[in-house]
Amino acid sequence: MSKLIDYTLHLADTALIISHRNSEWCAHGPILEQDIAITNLSLDQLGQARNFYQYAATLINQDNSSTVSEDSLAYLRGEREFKNLLLTELSNGDWAQTVLRQFFFSVYQYLLYEKLQHSNDEQLSAIAAKALKEITYHIKWSGEWVIRLGDGTAESNHRIQKAIEFLWEYTGEFFIAADYELIDVAQLKEPWLKKVKEIFEEATLELPYPVYMHTGGKQSVHTENLGFILAEMQTLQRTYPGLEW
Amino acid sequence: MVNPSTYHQTLPATKETILAILEQVPDPEVPVLSIIDLGIVRDVSLSDDGVEVFVTPTYSGCPATDAINLDIRLKLIEQGFNKVKITQRLSPAWTTDWMSEAGRQKLKEYGIAPPPKLSGANEVECPQCHSSNTKLLSQFGSTACKALYQCNDCKEPFDHFKCH
Repeated sequence: MSKLIDYTLHLADTALIISHRNSEWCAHGPILEQDIAITNLSLDQLGQARNFYQYAATLINQDNSSTVSEDSLAYLRGEREFKNLLLTELSNGDWAQTVLRQFFFSVYQYLLYEKLQHSNDEQLSAIAAKALKEITYHIKWSGEWVIRLGDGTAESNHRIQKAIEFLWEYTGEFFIAADYELIDVAQLKEPWLKKVKEIFEEATLELPYPVYMHTGGKQSVHTENLGFILAEMQTLQRTYPGLEW
Repeated sequence: MVNPSTYHQTLPATKETILAILEQVPDPEVPVLSIIDLGIVRDVSLSDDGVEVFVTPTYSGCPATDAINLDIRLKLIEQGFNKVKITQRLSPAWTTDWMSEAGRQKLKEYGIAPPPKLSGANEVECPQCHSSNTKLLSQFGSTACKALYQCNDCKEPFDHFKCH
């Protein structure tokens, strides 16, 4: 049971943190349509996170008759409890860095949920099947941006190239399973690379050379970014516990 | 037979009655559509414990979900069905194919291009001049379920309820 809880929290935290990062673009997007697009993505991810947190709360409450809720799981857990992927917590950087992070993540999320929808766990499978329809849009949108920037101007190509160099070393973690994971994530590496390569070719971009890959997010060992995110995200509930409006 | 003391309504406690009442609950974001038109009410059951309504969300993050649940409860209470339980059903996932024909017609009259059937042609017709010569401006629109289009003939921009 505790493995299932950890796994559900890993999925929830990952969706919540990338949702929060994308929501930081609200009212700062490069043009109105894209501002609306990225906040729509953020909303989808928040919905996915809520579904996972609600399920995790049910499991935890059954297990030890405590009374956690989706809100307490999101707002009252600390940095060393969050199990999100490191990639999702990295700063937004410029638009190129944000859309590339989204592209790397969406391709992975799609492959993962494709497996998850056939899981024996009915609730995880239902949440994944629903989210897959949304992720299809996310891959399309972020992939089109990678192509537009890579195959755009010298400046846009330079920006996305820099983003690749920065983000690549946080993608290895996707495929290294934590002991609580229900899906064999190592299997997803090949199809992930294939899709990334396909879009990169169209974008006139190249895959980087193998580099050192950071890990730790799944084990709650994070980069310095997560503490700042949680401080901002949780400040109200920490200062005024139980506040509602 | 349902225990009559569970209910305080004058209408018969049947599934048909409940569905007819739910016809009067609008989608808060596209108010011409009822939640029945939208296809998100998956089932209704009546028992001694009251009315249970099974609802599926359109998109995972649809912010209207909580508002819809509240509206369902209020509308049923208004008609004397005091004990209401709303259960979220995620699977099978909602699809625009569950939208009723009446719903599609209402959307069109409201100025939103209805979603094509999943199996059908993916032409998007301008709700103003009915031309099929239209273009996608953005995959994401004013709500999670809509995309932004423009008509190449009459030039009018319009919302399209995405096929999902």
